[in-house]
Amino acid sequence: MAPPVTTGEHRTDGGGSSAPVVPDVPGPRSWQRAFGDLRQGWRQRSLWGYLGWQDIKQRYRRSVLGPLWISISMGVIATAMGILYGALFGEPIATFLPYVATGLLIWNFVNGCILEGSEVFIANEGLIRFLPAPISLHIYRLVWRQMLFFAHNLVIWLLLVIIFPQPLSASVLLAVPAFVLLVLNGLWAAMLCGIIATRFRDIPPIIASLTQLLFFMTPIVWSYERLRTNPLAAYVELNPVMHFVEILRQPLLGQDIIWRHWVIVGVITVVGCAVSLLALRNYRARVAYWV
Amino acid sequence: MSAVTEGTPDPRIDIADAAVDFPIFDAKTRSLKKAVLGRAGGRIGTDSKVPIIEALRDITLSLRRGDRVALVGHNGAGKSTLLRLMSGIYEPTRGRAIVQGKVAPVFDLAVGMDPEISGLDNILIRGLFLGMTRKQMEARVDDIASFTELGDYLSMPLRTYSTGMRIRLALGVVTSIDPEILLLDEGIGAVDAEFLAKARTRLFELVERSGILVFASHSDEFLADLCDTAVWLEHGTVREHGPLREVLHHYKGRDVLAELGR
Repeated sequence: MAPPVTTGEHRTDGGGSSAPVVPDVPGPRSWQRAFGDLRQGWRQRSLWGYLGWQDIKQRYRRSVLGPLWISISMGVIATAMGILYGALFGEPIATFLPYVATGLLIWNFVNGCILEGSEVFIANEGLIRFLPAPISLHIYRLVWRQMLFFAHNLVIWLLLVIIFPQPLSASVLLAVPAFVLLVLNGLWAAMLCGIIATRFRDIPPIIASLTQLLFFMTPIVWSYERLRTNPLAAYVELNPVMHFVEILRQPLLGQDIIWRHWVIVGVITVVGCAVSLLALRNYRARVAYWV
Repeated sequence: MSAVTEGTPDPRIDIADAAVDFPIFDAKTRSLKKAVLGRAGGRIGTDSKVPIIEALRDITLSLRRGDRVALVGHNGAGKSTLLRLMSGIYEPTRGRAIVQGKVAPVFDLAVGMDPEISGLDNILIRGLFLGMTRKQMEARVDDIASFTELGDYLSMPLRTYSTGMRIRLALGVVTSIDPEILLLDEGIGAVDAEFLAKARTRLFELVERSGILVFASHSDEFLADLCDTAVWLEHGTVREHGPLREVLHHYKGRDVLAELGR
């Protein structure tokens, strides 16, 4: 459970003595407290697990179909975009529709983590200022909610793969570690965006426009393979989101696995986690002051 | 609300030379523009620095099991900020604060309540926030239901509740848990008299169960009922810390407790 305990680990026997003997404790900017925050947030998983579900149920309260709308709207958008862009680029529907749907499925998760991440502490201002809780609690809740959305959207992928059979092989199992990587990156990205955006309120609108741009820079409604001949296409590789989409889409569609993307994602994961942890260490205690 | 500070010998609060400074970002300083442009253009006057409000400074306090502390002072003296410092919401910007034990902060009863979900769900969420487990809360639901006298209303969404009913619910949850450190901020009004009498006994029982109580209020009667020592805050510092009677006497300029017949 989350301590408001300003210090957790280091304590001396305080019983009885009334003199203010305050032992040395790790300061607000210590690794111990940063990891303590992550740990305590994790311990409260029954809380954020419940809240994450509530967030979803709430959105579709009093609607007859409820969360099924998540899957339906995703299906409609994917189908419309698949047909439209398939016609524009002259791609066969049988391969292009599942391609677009799978890309959108992954994009929605990435987008949700970044976009909502930038608002996560601002939106939870009331909770942060009135109830002591580790700040990671809000991050876990957000990413968990995005995972639930992902699960709903996965139904569309399943349907499309049944309607338009793809050359799936054992490599489909790689989708599991790919998704784990996606979640890990969602966590650090939400934490980092959240902390920065809480301090600088211009960040959320910047991120909002940036993600819109990123959507078109990422091969979701167009095929990277097709543009290979264009020398400008190589710049797409600079878009980190592209690699995240590829590592998950390839196994889900039975495409050849290109390990280069995995390596790049691995590097991003390590660097991102390090930067995010540093931000957590230095500014964790400031978030309550900034909201 | 650290439910398990394993092997906690005793709840305690130790604050040494602590200060809480709030940075005040106005629309300009809070934006990136200032940070970016400011760097490029050199220092312009004093506005490169964020103004700060010293909400608390030089706070040194040590509380142990059995302490029943009243927090008095004028509006804006820092009572609520001190309570939040004690709850761990704010970590001191300078100095140190150690809070050990399961803390139950009762500040704003409306926070963490979701109007769209049922009273029962709200009970559960509030309990989880206060450091209880799901099982513990499920075991207490009946008790809370009978105390709040809300009956079937508990399965209705919270937005259908009146203010009084909401406070009943919040009080029901808070008074059903077992905190080691209880931090009460005033604002327990808007409940009908009969219920208040009942809430009072329950509140007293809760205080009995808790190891440390810190209670910020303007109600002398409530303070006299619940507390034996007092901290008088003025302009963010501790003006006086001592027995309730003396501190209240100095604060109000008259022996309030005698007037109440204590």
